[in-house]
Amino acid sequence: MTATTDLVPYEEALASYDPVMGLEVHVELGTRTKMFCGCSTELGAPPNSQTCPTCLGLPGALPVMNATGVESAIRIGLALHCEIAEWCRFARKNYFYPDMPKNFQTSQYDEPIAFNGYLDVQLEDGTTFRVEIERAHMEEDTGKSTHVGGATGRIHGASHSLLDYNRAGIPLIEIVTKPIVGAGERAPEVARAYVAELRELIRALGVSEARMEMGQMRCDVNLSLMPKGGDKFGTRSETKNVNSLRSVERAARFEIQRHAAVLRSGATVVQETRHFHEDDGSTTSGRVKEEAEDYRYFPEPDLVPVAPSRAWVDELRGSLPELPLQRRNRLREQWGVSAHDMQSILNAGAIEPIVATIEAGADSAAARKWWMGELARHANEAGVEPGALPISPEQVARVAVLVKEGSLNDKLARQVIEGVLAGEGGPDEVVEKRGLKVVSDEGALAAAVEEAIAGNAAIADKIRGGKVAAAGALVGAVMKATRGQADAARVKELILQKLGVGES
Amino acid sequence: MPGITREEVAHLARLARLELKPEELDHFAGQLDDIINAVARVSDVADQDVPPTSHPLPLTNVMRPDEVRPSLTPQQALSGAPAEEQQRFKVPQILGEE
Repeated sequence: MTATTDLVPYEEALASYDPVMGLEVHVELGTRTKMFCGCSTELGAPPNSQTCPTCLGLPGALPVMNATGVESAIRIGLALHCEIAEWCRFARKNYFYPDMPKNFQTSQYDEPIAFNGYLDVQLEDGTTFRVEIERAHMEEDTGKSTHVGGATGRIHGASHSLLDYNRAGIPLIEIVTKPIVGAGERAPEVARAYVAELRELIRALGVSEARMEMGQMRCDVNLSLMPKGGDKFGTRSETKNVNSLRSVERAARFEIQRHAAVLRSGATVVQETRHFHEDDGSTTSGRVKEEAEDYRYFPEPDLVPVAPSRAWVDELRGSLPELPLQRRNRLREQWGVSAHDMQSILNAGAIEPIVATIEAGADSAAARKWWMGELARHANEAGVEPGALPISPEQVARVAVLVKEGSLNDKLARQVIEGVLAGEGGPDEVVEKRGLKVVSDEGALAAAVEEAIAGNAAIADKIRGGKVAAAGALVGAVMKATRGQADAARVKELILQKLGVGES
Repeated sequence: MPGITREEVAHLARLARLELKPEELDHFAGQLDDIINAVARVSDVADQDVPPTSHPLPLTNVMRPDEVRPSLTPQQALSGAPAEEQQRFKVPQILGEE
């Protein structure tokens, strides 16, 4: 159904137009209860088992603010360098939709709790891009509808819908950027990096797990084009509920190409919401906004204003953790890695395991090596984040220490890690059970070296003649003879010594 | 005080999903006008120094701790539903999207 959408090649589109983006991200807070009632927010409960008169919108029920919800909103605002309102209110956003049992959503309108901030994001090559934040406000989630009778839960062709209100009333923070201009061809990358950085930030604050695949964090991508060098924004489209980092990037890219095609044909872009399709990365038309939306916002009379004292705000500011980007920059310096490498470590989800492994006594190069090599491979195969593997940072650190001490070489260390992952016990136990110790008996090693030299006279001559690089073949022979249980560096030393060649 | 027009009443009626007859549009336009004018008299006495208020009590920051309270049972929650299926509220198909 998307085959008919005309697209301009990406580079061509960017040659004629500058993209302007606005990103709206909804974060479901990880509070124990809903925003305005004491119903549990636990996932996976039977349908409609976590509702009450307040979140069902029954007559006479009155909402009361969740203190942790407000606190989380302020902490998010502060982490985004926002100003925090001295006084603000909730508002009713009126519309009829069955997922909203009250017929209005309790939200904030012209008095958001946080406003005027920014978030610095880092692109793949290490460039920092500042995304300005318009506002962050508090609101509530809607219920979940299932459409019956149509194909695979879609509205189209459905005969009726079924509603589960367990999610209705769960606190949401909506974070809205100011128009993002000047990103040019990197706009889709900036969009992705922004959502990724925001996710890191939300997790560092501990206010939500922000798992996009679970709908705990969702992004709407607003995009328009203006002629290159212009300053008047074009008509925008709003692609709703883009639910992965990759999709955010693809949706922005697709819309740039689509808008360019519309504009180039002389037509005008329709202001509308669009749906993103994971399968082919396209968007299709949703609801056309014929008239400016009229939600008839008015101040929520059932809730009193929020007036966070400056003392409370300062206390919350003082309790903020180190922000993720700062922390990554600090670690990058400590570890002596490039921005690009740090990005790979971040993308692999390996920052926390590496930090913990270093704390447990490994040196940073070894910690990175194991988590980004052997363990990343295992994690990939298992389809989990490295931190979820059945090996602890302490155990990885122990392996690193054993290697450093010379009682394991890399090959044996890999076997130890395999053993730990297979549930054979801790590193020392695996070493013991599998008999994995490097041969450190100098006599045995010396004999193996002699043998290797005797059996490879031609190579030995080359080495004597100064071709030190040829020693690799002899090291290989010794390693083979000792079934891999020798310290390769020590073997090389012995070979060179024996042949009277010093290592340059 | 500008009067409420027929068009405005029709717009509100559409937003509120109300079907009004032409004569009702005129009727309600007049009534809404009266109501708004009555409320507008507040401005005669409340000057700039009186802040607008949305709540009758001078309270702020009424909050509750983030502690779980008992919910209704699904049976209780669904007891007022016109129709139910699979322990969910059953509603007519939603038009206008996709």
